[in-house]
Amino acid sequence: MGKCRDIEHAPLRAQAETVLTDYAAQSRDGTGPRGRKPKKRLSGRNIMIYGTLFVVSVYYLLPLWVMVVTSLKGMPEIRLGNIFAPPVEITFEPWVKAWSEACTGLNCDGLSRGFWNSVRITVPSALFSIFIASVNGYALANWRFKGGEAFFTILIFGAFVPYQVMLYPMVILLREIGLYGSLAGLVLVHTVFGMPIVTLLFRNYFTSLPEELFKAARVDGAGFWGIYFRVMLPMSLPIFTVAMIIQITGIWNDFLFGTVFTRPNLYPMTVQLNNIVNSVQGVKEYNVNMAATLLTGLVPLAIYFASGKLFVRGIAAGAVKG
Amino acid sequence: MNHIRRILAATSALGALAALPAAAADLEVTHWWTSGGEAAAVAEFARIFEEKTEHTWVDGAIAGSGNTARPIMISRITGGDPMGATQFNHGRQAEELVEAGLMRDLTDIAEAGHWRDVVNPPSLLDSCTLDGRIYCVPVNIHSWQWLWLSEKAYADAGVPVPTTWEEFVAAAPALEAAGKVPLALGQQAWQMSGLFATLMISLLPDDIYLGVYRDKDEEIAAGADVAGIFAALDTARKMAAKSTVQDWNQATNMVITGEAGGQVMGDWAQGEFAMAGQVAGEDYHCLPGLGDKDILTTGGDAFYFPKLRDDDMADAQADLAEVIISPEAQVAFSLKKGSLPVRGDVDLDAANACMRKGLAILASGEALPDTNQLIDSDTRTQIEDLLVEFFADPSYAPEDAQKRFAGIIGNAL
Amino acid sequence: MPSDPVHARQGGTAPPSAARRPRRLLRNLTAKIAAIPMVLTAMVVFLGGTVWTVTYSFTNSKLLPRAEFVGLAQYERLWATRRWVVSIENLAIYGLCSLVFSLVIGFVLAALLDQKIRYESAFRTILLYPFALSFIVTGLVWQWILNPEFGVQSIIRAMGFEGFAFDPLYNPDIAIFGILIAGLWQGTGLIMVLMLAGLRGIDGEIWKASRVDGIPAWKTYIFIIVPMMRPVFITALVLITSGIVKLYDLVVAQTGGGPGIATEVPAKYVYDYMFGGQNLGQGFAASTMMLLAVAIVVIPWAMLEFGGKRRG
Repeated sequence: MGKCRDIEHAPLRAQAETVLTDYAAQSRDGTGPRGRKPKKRLSGRNIMIYGTLFVVSVYYLLPLWVMVVTSLKGMPEIRLGNIFAPPVEITFEPWVKAWSEACTGLNCDGLSRGFWNSVRITVPSALFSIFIASVNGYALANWRFKGGEAFFTILIFGAFVPYQVMLYPMVILLREIGLYGSLAGLVLVHTVFGMPIVTLLFRNYFTSLPEELFKAARVDGAGFWGIYFRVMLPMSLPIFTVAMIIQITGIWNDFLFGTVFTRPNLYPMTVQLNNIVNSVQGVKEYNVNMAATLLTGLVPLAIYFASGKLFVRGIAAGAVKG
Repeated sequence: MNHIRRILAATSALGALAALPAAAADLEVTHWWTSGGEAAAVAEFARIFEEKTEHTWVDGAIAGSGNTARPIMISRITGGDPMGATQFNHGRQAEELVEAGLMRDLTDIAEAGHWRDVVNPPSLLDSCTLDGRIYCVPVNIHSWQWLWLSEKAYADAGVPVPTTWEEFVAAAPALEAAGKVPLALGQQAWQMSGLFATLMISLLPDDIYLGVYRDKDEEIAAGADVAGIFAALDTARKMAAKSTVQDWNQATNMVITGEAGGQVMGDWAQGEFAMAGQVAGEDYHCLPGLGDKDILTTGGDAFYFPKLRDDDMADAQADLAEVIISPEAQVAFSLKKGSLPVRGDVDLDAANACMRKGLAILASGEALPDTNQLIDSDTRTQIEDLLVEFFADPSYAPEDAQKRFAGIIGNAL
Repeated sequence: MPSDPVHARQGGTAPPSAARRPRRLLRNLTAKIAAIPMVLTAMVVFLGGTVWTVTYSFTNSKLLPRAEFVGLAQYERLWATRRWVVSIENLAIYGLCSLVFSLVIGFVLAALLDQKIRYESAFRTILLYPFALSFIVTGLVWQWILNPEFGVQSIIRAMGFEGFAFDPLYNPDIAIFGILIAGLWQGTGLIMVLMLAGLRGIDGEIWKASRVDGIPAWKTYIFIIVPMMRPVFITALVLITSGIVKLYDLVVAQTGGGPGIATEVPAKYVYDYMFGGQNLGQGFAASTMMLLAVAIVVIPWAMLEFGGKRRG
């Protein structure tokens, strides 16, 4: 990088600008694969691809099928046994119950109780942790500094540490800095425990980008943040999508941290989910359990489905593969 | 429901401001009472607490008992942002939190309320006491030594309902012939260790149980008497071979529906029978001490109150402690939960046949301390690990299991 | 995500004219400042927490950490416990299978989705959705599907194959594979999207060139694309292995460690003894063994992998 510093080379600089505008334009149109759509034809290759995907999809969808049909059955029908059979008589009662009636202790308002708390926890936690981790990854990949590798190695090691083991040290740490029991403290916890994997994700992605891009931007005089926001961010939508998937799912489904580091007025939805699924009122209500799980999973599912737009071919210039 | 509660709380708070100097507080109470009968019982506490005082009960129920709820409770207390009150099992679970000075000393409240005089058996209060100071309120008495029997199952099989463990074992083939499971047993380790201790308490003299669990005498644990218990456990393993449910109340449900002949489970099972609308002595039968011996252990739950800085909260804690032990709350709670009240002076007119049997045994003084009051959680977990292996593996010989059991007892603190 | 260029400001290294100043510390100063959260997390939480854990594994702490040292007693007991040894064996079997299958299935699915197919978004969501569901119910559903009385086995038998037997969760010898089936179902989708993101980062020119040279697609994948995706594979590897080490919830939900102790795993041992048994010392000793194993493998590898020259 140092080499580029004193160069004032007009043609090269112009070239770099072209590169930058190219990438910017590409990221803005955001339509994913470019070039002509392949003609629709029934080639052997297509049959193989769609056939394989279809079979795999069946395996993946089978449990969903079981969950959905179970959630639409009444308890007498569930006791009959066939878990794969579609409901004879469809009832939405379990869904209503899971959302607004199921009791946990004294509170009989189902999952709805914790929904907004989960949103309040997930949004800042996901945004903050992804921002921090992406900057980490960028600094590690493109602005190598002494000691960076050592810290990063410790971080990777941290990915393997069971959360439960870190519970006590974390409680003590937050107590000492006065954030215990607050939303800010919980956001910090999610940021810390999400950091190893997400930093690795970004570091490795940024490393695999052609270095010329970074060099061109340096020649252009862009600094640390300039390159991050104008070059790296627009080119990293696929990996941001993966980071989002990991963090939103992880934080949304978290139960342990949400209960250990907050108070009941901020308990996430998973507390109700746990209580619905784990506490049995006489007979286990499998239909309500399934409905509750599906309801809890809806938000991550929506994110997955919506993420299609972000899965653009970040860098592929030619887009003539296949 | 909750909205109404909040509105009520708000209005009563306004009234309190005008009338009383003490301000109303929102007291967070954590517990793991989430099954049907349990939730109904704890709702009685909340109702009386909110009726009698100007405070509000903020419910922090975490389902899944020990392993799920306990790390949360302990973290909250050590993190310096504790709840107002929390459930623990009676005995040694909260010992260290008390030693660390994190729990509130309730001695003054206890003396004012004459707890020493009213709590029966006195061992319950002893479990709350450390160095002469009282740190918890006993909530209820639970005893493990009950055999619950299904009228329907035995009627279907055409044999009389057993009155002892021996008869229960003898009736097993008839039940199996009728396509029923003789013994319902959930596949969770604590249920197996409860069954094991119950056999030892009910089928052997008291001093064997105390020698093993209280004195941690390895020789007694390895001796011939306990060998007989492992043989009985082997029989139970065969009788429960077809019982594949996980939770205790699923197993209880097998007894309720007549799918299984009986279940060895604590008195909390009664809450499930009550929720199912069954009548003691008609639809189901209960044998304390497995019918062999009039004996019960007196474990149970207790409420602990972490130290709080806020004075209003501290007042609310004191009020809650008084409410919990008040005769009114004791009766209301016990009837819903199926447990026995901690006061010897309350009148349980509404008690059913099973509860009366329990009360009679307690009144006669035939009570032993619960295993949780004698061994620590570490030893308990090791015994559970042993028994879960024993029950899953039919080739695991009773003699080998006993040898390992004696080793665990020998190393216990 | 903050992508507004207005927020971008100049920073980074000192401009060329300032090169006279002491450069060692100020070089890449902004980058160093930006890395402070990472450094704190690594040093305080992960390193500090590990040292703390190891220290207390030599004590007889019960419910609360207590500095009463008992030497190696916790370790002696740990290795004399059958459940712990069984846990390690289970983890080895599960880990090896999970690693191989996750990587292969994840990559193949990603490659298939990258063929400019129709309904890519729908397929991607189908493969990924299990990741969104809580382990508690994932375990429950697979418990049902694998239940011999009303799951797959009964369906196949009802179709006339009377001798068909498939009851992994009830057979202690193969119960761990029942967990594996559910684990793969839950986790491969994430590996797939990760691979897909990696494939989308590959320069299209590569494909042009390989096509011009007449190299078959599968060869291009194995010899050109996979080596280029090395960083993505590394991420996937860390993601999968860390998930294996931490395997806990799924086992609790699906089998509770049973039948007997046939599906016990180390993280469950740690958790059960820390919180159930209220024996922090024993739990910490077990964690230390896990961390030690990870450290022996991960740290030298990570130093080589990340300490070397920039790749790609």
